[in-house]
Amino acid sequence: MPALNELEKAYSALGKDRDFKREIDLLLKTYVGRPTPLYFAKRLSDYLGGARIYLKREDLAHTGAHKINNALGQALLAKKMGKKRLIAETGAGQHGVATATGAALCGLECEIYMGSDDIVRQSLNVFRMRLLGANVVEVAIGSRTLKDAINEAMRDWTTNVRSTHYVLGTVFGPHPFPLIVRDFQSVIGREAKKQVLDAEGRLPDYLIACIGGGSNAMGLFHHFIDDEEVKMIGVEAGGKGIVPGEHAARFAGGSLGVLQGTKSFLLQDDDGNILGTHSVSAGLDYAAVGPEHAFLRDSGRARYTFATDDEALRAFELLSKTEGIIPALESSHALAEAVKLVPVLPKDNVVIVNLSGRGDKDVQQVARIKGIEL
Amino acid sequence: MSRIGKKFRDIVKRGGKAFIPYIMAGDPDLGRTAELVRILEDCGADIIELGVPFSDPLADGPTIQKAAQRALSGGVTLHKVIDLVADLRKRSEIPLLLMTYYNPIFKYGEERFVHDASEAGVDGIIVPDLPPEEAGNILSFSRKSDFDIIFLVAPTSTEDRIGRVSKSSRGFIYYVSITGITGSKLSMDSSISSHVSKIRSMSGKPVAVGFGISTPEEASEVARFADGVIVGSAIVKRASDPDASLRDYLLSLRKAIA
Repeated sequence: MPALNELEKAYSALGKDRDFKREIDLLLKTYVGRPTPLYFAKRLSDYLGGARIYLKREDLAHTGAHKINNALGQALLAKKMGKKRLIAETGAGQHGVATATGAALCGLECEIYMGSDDIVRQSLNVFRMRLLGANVVEVAIGSRTLKDAINEAMRDWTTNVRSTHYVLGTVFGPHPFPLIVRDFQSVIGREAKKQVLDAEGRLPDYLIACIGGGSNAMGLFHHFIDDEEVKMIGVEAGGKGIVPGEHAARFAGGSLGVLQGTKSFLLQDDDGNILGTHSVSAGLDYAAVGPEHAFLRDSGRARYTFATDDEALRAFELLSKTEGIIPALESSHALAEAVKLVPVLPKDNVVIVNLSGRGDKDVQQVARIKGIEL
Repeated sequence: MSRIGKKFRDIVKRGGKAFIPYIMAGDPDLGRTAELVRILEDCGADIIELGVPFSDPLADGPTIQKAAQRALSGGVTLHKVIDLVADLRKRSEIPLLLMTYYNPIFKYGEERFVHDASEAGVDGIIVPDLPPEEAGNILSFSRKSDFDIIFLVAPTSTEDRIGRVSKSSRGFIYYVSITGITGSKLSMDSSISSHVSKIRSMSGKPVAVGFGISTPEEASEVARFADGVIVGSAIVKRASDPDASLRDYLLSLRKAIA
């Protein structure tokens, strides 16, 4: 608690600090490469034969995913707080790479916790983190995925709280993390709103984003929440289908609970123990979902659905072939929902899909699944 | 007054210190846990902490994490631990605490949990992931019975924080000797004793110290300034040792905590 209070105080003070904001804005522009484009995917739209699809190109941000928006912000925040060391959890490795990047940029030490199963399926990102000067720590307990990496990072933070800032990578964990991460990610929706107004002269009909913890979705949704005509859809990982242990669709198969300092929807058994999860995408393979998503779901403001491994893999290939863009497997879940939804929408409808990351990191795994030896 | 409150009153009266061992319920099975409770009583434990296995024990180090996984794979649940306590109560009056994470209680239902647990003879709980700010419900349910909620104070806690935790904590206050997780290496320095004295003077409640205490020397050092000494991981590590050597170890701790 004292660490959370310290963080909340520092964050709210810096929120009013104009120099801090200027520093972040300049780095977002010159280092991250923002604003990322809003791209009209004409060939995909024609192929699906319904609404007009725009892709918010977070895959073009430095390090290849939206994760840098938050990691960079928190790295600067940590430096201002006088911390010497950053730690983070990572699932797909994108947040780990982003945090290692932020640490290198700010001259901070960096240690990344990663489940041993994820280390195997995302070996490319493990090597990238090491190149960036971070130490990758294998977490070989529990389900050996993202949830356990968060546990271990929290244990480290409890131990080294005086010197260390924990860069939580998603809109989860105890307050103020969900707020901080959402704020740093909300640049996605702020840009997308301006860009869609420039391109179409009106707001979109749908926003679609994939949801692990839910940071890219929260980032896209946030500035549209008051625009009630904009429908919002979050897509969870349906894995092999909604059977306990075979998926990570918390809204489809979960119930209310408290994990890692957050009350939200969890995949758990009748005794409150957390269930194992499965998804082809390491970044969505997580038993809990950000609390603000639970709120948006209960209030009816956003709708939540899921895509299975197979649907995501098909969308992965479809976008590669129709648009020449290889998406991350996480983002492929959002695309899979677009594939289902768009054909039944009127042609004048506008849909924005958050292309949260690029798929280079997933190429080896997809080859493995297809039985191709590289 | 709860069994815990009475125990501390008696200990203070005779000028002693409380020995509070921790074991993981159901590691490797509940039968062994019942045996261990008897051994702990024989060896002079004042209060016993029973760990409830949880899939994601954030405050625990590898020793207790592994013990929890063994218990979970044997199908041990919060319900079964409460049933075990009801069984133990047929023969024992030793104060029994459950150390559990919050989600199993939340899933059980807070009101029903406090009711069932106190009915079974549980005297209180320690919930490391439940700060007093979030404990309003469970505190109000527990007031109806002699059910103690013990909160934790960390070395990084500010004076404000100590005040808040002290006010809510009932039974005793749990001072976490290190910033870190259970079973870590203890580094003895003067700040532990000054923190404990400060907490005691601010709260007027007994303060027990835990996390990282494993040798009789450390236990004896901590007992000089604390009202109670909690030993967890070091006992869990030895829980499957031959009973004779386990008893020797426990008796050496008991002797050190005076």
